[in-house]
Amino acid sequence: MNALRNGVLSAAVALLAWQILVWVTAVPAFILPGPLRVVEALWVSRESIAINAGYTITEVLIGLALGTFLGAATAIHLASSATARRLALPILVFTQAVPVFALAPILTLWFGYGIWSKIVMTVLIIYFPVTSAFLDGLQRTDRGYLDLARTMGATERATLWRLRVPAALPSLASGLRLASVYAPIGAVIGEWVGASKGLGYLMLLANGRAKTDLMFASLFVLALFTVLLHWTVSRGADWLDRRARGEG
Amino acid sequence: MTAPSVSLRGSVILGGAELFSDLALDLPAARWTCLLGPSGVGKSTVLRLIAGLTVEGTFDGVIEAGDGQPLPDRIAYMAQSDLLLPWLDVTGNVCLGARLRGEAPDHDRARDLIDRVGLSVHASKRPAQLSGGMRQRVALARTLMEDRPVALLDEPFSALDARTRAEMQELAFELLSGRTVLLVTHDPAEAVRMGSRIVLMSRTGATEVAVPPAPPIRANDDPSVLAAQAQLLTRMREAA
Repeated sequence: MNALRNGVLSAAVALLAWQILVWVTAVPAFILPGPLRVVEALWVSRESIAINAGYTITEVLIGLALGTFLGAATAIHLASSATARRLALPILVFTQAVPVFALAPILTLWFGYGIWSKIVMTVLIIYFPVTSAFLDGLQRTDRGYLDLARTMGATERATLWRLRVPAALPSLASGLRLASVYAPIGAVIGEWVGASKGLGYLMLLANGRAKTDLMFASLFVLALFTVLLHWTVSRGADWLDRRARGEG
Repeated sequence: MTAPSVSLRGSVILGGAELFSDLALDLPAARWTCLLGPSGVGKSTVLRLIAGLTVEGTFDGVIEAGDGQPLPDRIAYMAQSDLLLPWLDVTGNVCLGARLRGEAPDHDRARDLIDRVGLSVHASKRPAQLSGGMRQRVALARTLMEDRPVALLDEPFSALDARTRAEMQELAFELLSGRTVLLVTHDPAEAVRMGSRIVLMSRTGATEVAVPPAPPIRANDDPSVLAAQAQLLTRMREAA
């Protein structure tokens, strides 16, 4: 509870400082609106913000689910085949040298202005953290467990699914914690490059019309959603951790 | 299930040097053989070789069962750490072998074995909820569940407190009767208590140490047992 109180307190101090800065410098609202102005914009444009947030949230959630599924499936496949690892890992690492943001225009070209180019962007941005975290866990199975499985005459398949995968779930969980913070970034970048809906689109639109207060209001909603998403995913990740330790 | 004798002849080369050379180790059928020696002399390597597990270094030699049948699928393995899977309950851990082979586990047998190690009321608990001694009893039940004629035990009792260790020794001895057992241990008292044969391993080879006349499992307070322990400790210190 202390953490929550500290959070509220520090936010209040920051907001107050912001408002005072705006009052003292008398900076025009289109350069820097005060927090009160932002709250006002939030209220006035609530309907538009809600609709656009709905699109972004949909993109993020679908992207997160797909990216997690694809990342986990890749990790399991790579963990179970040395050949796949040899062939695919260098490519996987090389693709990380490509800034994913640079791909956004081409994704729009390929997948259109609709929701799919944003979902693909989200998937691309979380795929690697999920894959690498989970693969790392899958390759670090306690040697003692593997020895035991071997003396028991275990099949490769059962060893993977009943031993290595459950033991690596905490690693998948840390991948998911990261992914939950990255996923909204992916969706918003996708929206910036070409969209007619979503918070990223709204921010760009507001910025272009010098409605900086609306820009901040959209940004606030996006940040709030990211925090909530991270919190929810972290609870799920904690559950995976506890389960793997036998405390769940 | 007839327990075979097991013999190992050979050398292990590790990083250009011999870890041990021309080792000759015989495990008599249906008896406990205790293997002692200083750390790093290759005791666990011997056990891992017999278990068919990977070892550091290269083994040049022969491991065979007295009856000429292949060994690997007739071995059960128990390590110093209990190796219980934390996300499975006691029953799940005892049934692990069948699950890993893709077979349906024999639940009646599992229940019976959990009962025999005295953990019936804890059957649906997770390892995190059990004490170290209880966890090692689960590991013993899991080893017995495999129903293999040869059991290889790598210091399974060394992390337990003295009283729990004595209890576990008695329980293991009773439940593993009729099997060929290799027990790797650091503890001369344990070796003298449990072993039908005691083999002391050193850099120069393995030597057999005389055991007291009484059959195992021997009483801790028997004067001949105590004398043999003292003698064994002296020899271990000379060998090191």
